[in-house]
Amino acid sequence: MRRLLVILPVAVFAALVGLMFALLTDDERNEDLSRLPSPLIGKPAPVIDLPPVNADIPGGFATRDLQARVSLVNVFASWCVPCLAEHPFIARLAEQGVPVYGINHRDKPKDAARWLRRHGNPYTAVGADSDARASLDWGVTGVPETFIINAEGVITYKHTGPITAKDLKTKILPKLQEAAGG
Amino acid sequence: MSKPIKTLFLFLFLFAAPAGTVIAVQPDEVLDDPALEARARAISTELRCVVCQNQSIDDSDAELARDLRLLVRERLVAGDTDDEVVDYIVARYGDFVLLRPPWQPNTYALWLTPPIMAFAIATLAVMFFRAYQRRRVAGMGLDPLSPDDRAELDALVERVAASTPPASGERSPFRAELEEGLKSPPEDDESATEEAPEYGTPDVETPDVETTQQNDPRS
Repeated sequence: MRRLLVILPVAVFAALVGLMFALLTDDERNEDLSRLPSPLIGKPAPVIDLPPVNADIPGGFATRDLQARVSLVNVFASWCVPCLAEHPFIARLAEQGVPVYGINHRDKPKDAARWLRRHGNPYTAVGADSDARASLDWGVTGVPETFIINAEGVITYKHTGPITAKDLKTKILPKLQEAAGG
Repeated sequence: MSKPIKTLFLFLFLFAAPAGTVIAVQPDEVLDDPALEARARAISTELRCVVCQNQSIDDSDAELARDLRLLVRERLVAGDTDDEVVDYIVARYGDFVLLRPPWQPNTYALWLTPPIMAFAIATLAVMFFRAYQRRRVAGMGLDPLSPDDRAELDALVERVAASTPPASGERSPFRAELEEGLKSPPEDDESATEEAPEYGTPDVETPDVETTQQNDPRS
C-alpha cells in the first residue's frame, strides 16, 4: 500500500509525459488540429450569387450552379502566394474534368484578371468577392481554401491552406471519389 | 529636471496609458443607434477572431474580424436578436468562435474537470492532515494507552468508584496519592519531549505538552 503511494504518482507523471510527447510529435495530427473543422460539412452550400470579375474572365456563378455533379469551390486571390503554389494542382484537377469554381477573395478585378492571364485560368467560372461577404458566408478564415460539393449541392469536405501534391493524393482525390458516391 | 529624468517620466507615462481604451473598432463601423452599438460591442467581445484565435473580434485588427464586426452590426440593424446573431456566425465558423464554450456533451469534460480536481485535492488534503494529526498524537505517547497504562487506569477508576466521598475540606487519601504521583513527571512525558524534534517544530510542540500537564491536576 505504502509502496503503491510512491509508485503511483511517478507512474501517472511518466504516462502524462509520454502522452504529451506523442501528441506533440505527431505532425500529421497537429496539422489537422491547427485547422478548424468546418460546421458546414454535411450542410448545403451557403447561398451566394457572385458577379464576374470582369468581361474577360468567364464567370459569375451562384450556389445553384453547383448542382448535378461533384464540383470544387476554390477561394483564391492574386495577392495570395500559397494560392499560386497550389495553382498547378487546381489546374490538374480541372484537366481531369472536375468543374472548379473560383471565389476571388478581396481582390481588385484588374489584379485578378492579370494573375489569371499570367498563370492560366483553370476555373469553370470565377465569382468576384471583393468585400469578402461570400467568403464570410462560407466560413472562410483565410485563402486559399477549397470545398468539395457533391451532386446534391452539399459540402462534403473542406481543405484549409494550399493543396500540395501529397494533399491531392491523400485527401482531395479520395474525397472527390467519396463525394461522387464511390 | 535633468534630461534623463524627463525621458524616464515620459516613458512611464507612455506605459501608464490605459490599455483598455485601445480598441480595434473603427469609427466608420460604429452604428448611429447607441443601444444597437452597445449590443454589437457586447456580442463582439464574446466572439473569437478565428485568424488570431486568442483575441475577440472586438480587439482584433484582422480583416476577418472587421468583416465579422460589420456582419454583427448588419444583422442587428436587420432586427436579429443577440442570440440569432451569434447563431448565424456559429453556423458558419463553428463553436470555436465562442470565447465562452457552451455547455454541451463534448464540453462536459472541459467544464467538470476543474471542480472535480478541486474536490479531489481538498479531500486528499483533509485525509493527509488527519493522518498527520493522528500520528502526532501517537508520537506524544498519549494514545493509544499501553496495556499497563490501561490496567492502571482501570484500577484507579475502580478505587474511585469504591471510595466514599470525603468530608468537605478534607483531602481524600486517593486524591493525595494522585497529587503525589504527579509531582514526579511520568516517564511518558519525557519520551514525548524527546520525540518532538522529529517533527522539526519543538518550539511549538513543547508548550502543548506542558499545558496538558498543568491542566491534569485540576481534574
